Amino acid sequence: MVPFDFAYYRPQSIAEATALFAALERDGKRPLYYGGGTEIITLSRLNLVRTAAVIDIKSIPECRSLDVDNGSLVLGAALSLGELEEANPFPLLTKAAREVADRTARNQITLGGNICGQIFYRETALPLFVAEADVIIAGPYGIRQCRFLDLFHQQLQLGRGEFVVQFKVDRATATLPHFHRKRRKQGEVGYPLVTIAALKKDGTVRVALSGICPFPFRSADVEAHLNDRNRPVGERIQAAVDAFPRPILHDIEGSADYRLFVAAQLLEDMLRELGDGETV
Amino acid sequence: MEETTKRELVLHVNGEQRSIVTRQAETLLFVLRDGLGLTGAKPGCLNGDCGACTVLVDGTPIKSCMMLAIETVGKEITTIEGLDDAPIQHAFVRHFAFQCGYCTPGFIMNAHALIERHPGADQATIQEWLESNICRCTSYQEIEAAVKEALAAKKAKTDS
Repeated sequence: MVPFDFAYYRPQSIAEATALFAALERDGKRPLYYGGGTEIITLSRLNLVRTAAVIDIKSIPECRSLDVDNGSLVLGAALSLGELEEANPFPLLTKAAREVADRTARNQITLGGNICGQIFYRETALPLFVAEADVIIAGPYGIRQCRFLDLFHQQLQLGRGEFVVQFKVDRATATLPHFHRKRRKQGEVGYPLVTIAALKKDGTVRVALSGICPFPFRSADVEAHLNDRNRPVGERIQAAVDAFPRPILHDIEGSADYRLFVAAQLLEDMLRELGDGETV
Repeated sequence: MEETTKRELVLHVNGEQRSIVTRQAETLLFVLRDGLGLTGAKPGCLNGDCGACTVLVDGTPIKSCMMLAIETVGKEITTIEGLDDAPIQHAFVRHFAFQCGYCTPGFIMNAHALIERHPGADQATIQEWLESNICRCTSYQEIEAAVKEALAAKKAKTDS
């Protein structure tokens, strides 16, 4: 139940969507781009979202693409996590998607929505960080392509009226050896204490984390410590944990100390599983 | 710009065309229940957690509390009222896979989709799909047995 009214628009093209946004914005409607809608509907019920217009991007063909173009996977922002799991073009992304919400909800939750919504775990961003994906963005000034990491500072830095159309992932990178774990407070239900996604390219481990801070991250400092093979693994992990950005989450799901403890264990599992050569 | 918040929608529900005037911001669950009198899909958490409101949209299970009715224009909606002697319904009865029954329509719609989509589903797939629904009477063992029986029957029919 949405306790206020809004108008619903379903543009068929990128140009129509951005023009609609501009017109609705001029009319003071504070429009929102709409993917799966799960977060907009549930947060509206709690009065945490309010808008007078939503622009559903699911009929825009580019937002629905699941394709290979010049050696890159092209993943439309309006693909549902369930569709990505079933097609499995990027196994690390499949593993990250599978741990979000539940199977039925993932038939609605979209890749773009998981990354651009308000709920800050954004766990499908992690595989895109470590694969060094590009993001294609449409807005009032046209379409642009950037490195996803360059545009992600705690959250994706979109201008007013912009929306994510696609992600592009190098096809060879998408099949590299990888590691994914999500640890929750209890069993299989709930938000993460720690989620970790990693892949190994040219002998170097790339790692991204969610659940540690109120934003997901990939850190050059953290990776430098983890890949410093001149030191024992225990020291590398401790230095990596010490280099995590701040603040560390400290809430009902888990204390800051506990999250760091779990993260250290998962980093150890990751290094072992990716065959980092040394015993811990 | 479109100013009116209500709109006439033509929905395809259980093989019929149904016309309804409703708010554009209205959820599918509310329109099915209060607009069309199809009260099989149940309001539970209204937050996408419990699965009691699960219906099929083009054969895919969807939590109807988290989808707008207007999104389903042009799609085929199936509610529990639209299942006609589906094998999973009989399996639920045979295994007594319910107690209070409130969660049952949601479980059955989800399980029906699983059986249609993945007749060869393994244990991990069954568990992954059924985790989308919650039963507060904890009839989980009986539900699992019913789903496995219906899956086996479907698989035997597909293989033969």
